Amino acid sequence: MTGNTKNNTGSDPFIEIDNLSKHFGDFVAVDSVNLQIDRGELFSILGGSGCGKTTLLRMMAGFELPTSGRIFIDGVDVTEQAPYHRPVNMMFQSYAIFPHMTVEKNVAYGLEKDRVSKGEIRTRVSEILELVQLTRFSKRKPNQLSGGQRQRVALARALVKRPKVLLLDEPLAALDKKLREYTQFELMNIQDELGITFVVVTHDQEEAMILSSRIAVMDEGRFEQVGPPKEVYEYPSSRFVADFIGTINMFEGTVDAAGDGGISMLSDEAGIPLTGLTEMTMRKGDKICIAVRPEKIFISQHEPENEEDTRLAGVVEDLGYFGNLSLYRIRLRSGKIVQVSAQNRRRSAKRFLEWDDQVFISWHPYSAIVLTK
Amino acid sequence: MSEGTSSGRDVLWQRATVAIPYIWLLIFFLAPFAIILKISTADPIIGQPPFTPTFDDEGTLLATVDSYKFLLTDKLYGITYLKSVLMAATATMLCLLLGFPMAYGIARAGSAARSILLLLVILPFWISFLLRVYAWMGLLNNYGVINNFLMWLGIIDQPLQLMYTDFAIYIGLVYSYLPFMILPLYATLERMDLDLVDAALDLGARPSQAFRDVTWPLARPGVIAGCLLVFIPAMGEYVIPYLLGGPESLMIGRVLFDEFFVNRDWPLASSVAIILLMLLVVPIVFLQRSQAKDVEGAT
Repeated sequence: MTGNTKNNTGSDPFIEIDNLSKHFGDFVAVDSVNLQIDRGELFSILGGSGCGKTTLLRMMAGFELPTSGRIFIDGVDVTEQAPYHRPVNMMFQSYAIFPHMTVEKNVAYGLEKDRVSKGEIRTRVSEILELVQLTRFSKRKPNQLSGGQRQRVALARALVKRPKVLLLDEPLAALDKKLREYTQFELMNIQDELGITFVVVTHDQEEAMILSSRIAVMDEGRFEQVGPPKEVYEYPSSRFVADFIGTINMFEGTVDAAGDGGISMLSDEAGIPLTGLTEMTMRKGDKICIAVRPEKIFISQHEPENEEDTRLAGVVEDLGYFGNLSLYRIRLRSGKIVQVSAQNRRRSAKRFLEWDDQVFISWHPYSAIVLTK
Repeated sequence: MSEGTSSGRDVLWQRATVAIPYIWLLIFFLAPFAIILKISTADPIIGQPPFTPTFDDEGTLLATVDSYKFLLTDKLYGITYLKSVLMAATATMLCLLLGFPMAYGIARAGSAARSILLLLVILPFWISFLLRVYAWMGLLNNYGVINNFLMWLGIIDQPLQLMYTDFAIYIGLVYSYLPFMILPLYATLERMDLDLVDAALDLGARPSQAFRDVTWPLARPGVIAGCLLVFIPAMGEYVIPYLLGGPESLMIGRVLFDEFFVNRDWPLASSVAIILLMLLVVPIVFLQRSQAKDVEGAT
């Protein structure tokens, strides 16, 4: 694993999830999950709807009792602790702000339940409202706030109790794109400032990539891969992860020759043998997949000269202009469509490529991801 | 205020739709109210109609407040009003105590179970109200189902006096009006975001505190609506005290009926009705105002 985790003290894990399962009747929502999260991490659990990520989060918060397995937080077994006894707070996807209380009252609620003195409540509430820039709105009722403001009330309310762990269920899903980008960084700054361990559940891979020190990609109740964003993106462990995070082109085929840290694969889809680098030992005839990200592929009108690169000829099937970059869909002779993205480095009103242009695409063997799962 | 873009026809339609409830109120509430008010200021006579006209042939006003004076001087009416308020309030409280957990249970049940449970709540309406009260007579009689069963069990030797008591009236009121409490409560509880309760628990509230701080205040509009829907008709209830209650359990609805049809003193009966209405308007206005405040705060 690359050293991307911050504040990693190297001591015992702060949160330890040990063989945790949750069954709803016949349905297995969470299937023997093991996970260790360090103090101060911003950890994301990423997956599609119904993958079990929310159930996992709700078990950490204490709203669901696991069918089997244990959860430890800061060395304490909290598996059977009621939510009101856990040193954990949660920010709900719906925000769950009490509609009949003012912003101030919402934020103070948790402290009141802990019998904190009135004076201290006042200072802590005003401090946290300052932090999330809501001081001006402290007397407002929730229905007088915008979506972004409500999100910050929910955050302030969960943070004011200084929990050991903050759980966030799709914290940014309800915000529009611009606000989401801004809030992402705000969330990271707050986390950095307070040093609280964040566990975020999200279906948005971009959100997970930007926010997290580590990501767990979840599917059908299990973790497919756990690692820093870069590792998960550049070195996916399976077709599912490769496909789930970002866009990717996959060529299916069989091993032709293997050895020396590299392989050659026969693929009808590519039309020529593809090469890739891998540490895994493989035998001739093994079914594998070589995957390449769109931004790792070069596109040109003349055949590239570099012999080492993988080079394929095709036709521009479709193209899209996105301002900062252009996306091309290239049809190979086999009929396989390959997605390529290119930075629009030069300012020009004319298109560099047109529909049905003959083009060549190429990539360095190092960019090719070899997948067996 | 109409938007500048809406045409004159739209404005007309808007006004027309607002006018409909007012016209409704005018025809079915204000007009009968005016008639009753007029009768209450007359003197009873033997004739057709059985009260004096408001103006005589020369146009002089004949209206009196004699019947109101009589209402205030005869203690029977004061006691009856008080007893009616107490009985209706008690029945309302009992309905709330029973109805809240039921409504909560229905709102939290699975969608399949929910529709069946709701149907069960509404089902009694398919049988005539009168028949259902008669059925209770059969159950509560000295030799009715309940007494026979208790004697068969050997718990009692003599039949308990259940019929013709306040107890029987409470049974009748709570049984008849419980659905009117459950339905509005269900409607508010069903709309409530369950995450709110989880959020309260997450912030350190015990389940009982979460109920007090979150569920109860958010259910208040339903509680108020349910209480009004039970209290108002229970207050003027005639059939239940007449059929199930004893001679002691005078409720104002029964007095009203007797004045109209037994004594044929229409002016007195009308003034009883007017006072009853006044008594009901006070809590309604009060609760409406607090509900308006809730709406302003939440949603």
